[in-house]
Amino acid sequence: MVTRPLVLGAVAYDAKVVTIWEGFRRYFLARDLPFDFVLYSHYERQVEALVGGQIDVAWNSPLAWVRTRRLAPLARAVAMRDTDRDLTSVVVVRADSPVRTPAELAGRAVGTGAVDSPQGTLLPLALLADTPVEVRRFEVGVGLHGDHVGGERDAARALAAGAVEAACMLDANHLLFSKEGTLPPGGTRVVAVTPHFDHCNFSVVADHDALDRFVTLLLAMDYADPATRPLMDLEGLTAWLPGRTDGYDQLEAAVDRFGFYGPAGEVAAAGYRP
Amino acid sequence: MDGHPPGTAEVDLGPLGLDGGGHLLVARALAPLPPGGRLRVTGSDGHLGVHLQAWARRRGHGVEGTTVVRGAADRQRLAGAVRAGEPGAVAGRADATWGLAARGALVEAGAPPLAGADLDERAVVWTELAPKLYAQAAAGQWDPATAIDWDPPALPGEVEAAVVQVMTYLVENEQAALAVPARFLGRIHPHFREVVQFLATQVADEARHVEVFTRRALLCGGELGISGAGGRASLQTLLDEPDWPTASFLLSALGEGTFLSLLSFLERRAPDPVTARIARLALQDEARHVAFAMGHLGEHLRAAPGLRSRLRAAVLRRHDALASTAGLADSVDDALVVLAAGAFTPAAIGAGWRRVRQLEVEMDEARRRRLVRLGFADAEATELSALHTRNFM
Repeated sequence: MVTRPLVLGAVAYDAKVVTIWEGFRRYFLARDLPFDFVLYSHYERQVEALVGGQIDVAWNSPLAWVRTRRLAPLARAVAMRDTDRDLTSVVVVRADSPVRTPAELAGRAVGTGAVDSPQGTLLPLALLADTPVEVRRFEVGVGLHGDHVGGERDAARALAAGAVEAACMLDANHLLFSKEGTLPPGGTRVVAVTPHFDHCNFSVVADHDALDRFVTLLLAMDYADPATRPLMDLEGLTAWLPGRTDGYDQLEAAVDRFGFYGPAGEVAAAGYRP
Repeated sequence: MDGHPPGTAEVDLGPLGLDGGGHLLVARALAPLPPGGRLRVTGSDGHLGVHLQAWARRRGHGVEGTTVVRGAADRQRLAGAVRAGEPGAVAGRADATWGLAARGALVEAGAPPLAGADLDERAVVWTELAPKLYAQAAAGQWDPATAIDWDPPALPGEVEAAVVQVMTYLVENEQAALAVPARFLGRIHPHFREVVQFLATQVADEARHVEVFTRRALLCGGELGISGAGGRASLQTLLDEPDWPTASFLLSALGEGTFLSLLSFLERRAPDPVTARIARLALQDEARHVAFAMGHLGEHLRAAPGLRSRLRAAVLRRHDALASTAGLADSVDDALVVLAAGAFTPAAIGAGWRRVRQLEVEMDEARRRRLVRLGFADAEATELSALHTRNFM
């Protein structure tokens, strides 16, 4: 019999996080899984809490996963959203830009998201790693690992305004910014696309009696169930899938390339203050 | 074909991007496919590949290059959806989970049930007259600014003062007639759309009546008259009534029904054309309100004859509650006499007095007729009519 609740950590990047985890908590409790959650102000604090045994599961960003694995090599990813798989980021220029290839961005300004955004900064900049570009970071929500879309949106605005030659963003955000008018429809051109990468996962570093039950219940969550569908919509998924860890190699390489974390998981990025 | 598995459907977006509405064509082509079905998307938009995978991922579809593998999320979303009744038929009971959905809409499950709309039974709220009466009400709305010639009349001072007193009395009664349906409007399930619509017009009617009676009271520059304590006590009992059929019975079948006689009297006996005109316009509206109440109460009583004893008890209760109050204020009664007299001579006042007493007889007869139409026996109708508030409303 389980006596100690499974405690999950999540980062409070938006007010809706409370709604989501209050709702999921009700879902788990209704199915006899003792479950609590703790909200963190940024991912570094959450990762340290996971590794320190203060929480049992962390709803981790991809960058938080990379750090977790460096701090705790036996860490596992037990589940993820269907929408966490096979993402890409793009580097875009204005449609009338003379730039046709990433190499032609040499010496030019490139707008990115926050310093710790995998999709808005680290992964697309890795595409340009051999090109000497002037990086203009838009630091919104530092510590949230890019969960806050504001940095990418500011970079897109700067692109539209001509303040930067190129901007970096998630594929879905390029679609979003084009639809909402932040970027002029048809007014940008993609000059580089990352390979597919994976996004968030539920990370664990130690066993817990209820872990299997947590994963089983999570994977059983049904988009056809009207009680949980609104929560799944808020969290941005239509199904939970088993965790996989082969979609983070690109980010591992980018973290090394830019010295974001050291090999043992220490925070090494210059000027990174969550 | 060019290497695509057999059975792969195709859609060509031409130059249209997914940031320009192209997703509608993709979704339309995916709709008839079974989950797992494949759709090859072609087009010349430079962002097609990037946008297609982002769009598809968020909707639970897979993507292989520019081929979408259909997911099931859109069908799962509507798995438990039900119709909110039928557009052309009124359900016996409206479900709270239908919420504010249009009658007949396909309702996705998962939203909180409609709160506060506890009047959800057809037998309690519906009348077959509702659609027709609502249509009449919508067509019969009039503009106080243009429907009335607001030239100030030149009446003797005492007669003008009497008109002002009657208007003062009418305004507070119309305020009650506005507040009562307004209080129930939000409690009636919107499935009974025409009932809600009708009551909305009733509230708007009363708002206009408040305006025109106020405007007539102030037309000649005088002060407003007296608001009697007994009258307000009587109206408060209407506002306090929490039961919809009872409130409708007291307000509309009895109160507004009695006002039909009063407004008809004012139209006939008004000493000036403005008063006659506004009484006529208000009378037309009030007749609709009474017809609606008689309709839904009649149907309710046929379905639940036990309601009749509840209505009877309400009349007795209201009478007891008001037994120690003055009823119609002397100021109003006197004003009606002077208004009907038109002059301050013994002969005119005598005639006005007789006309007001005759009005009370007509009010009583009309109330008894309505009670009989609602199925009360003659003797009971006579008894209940006599117990109706002396304040008329």
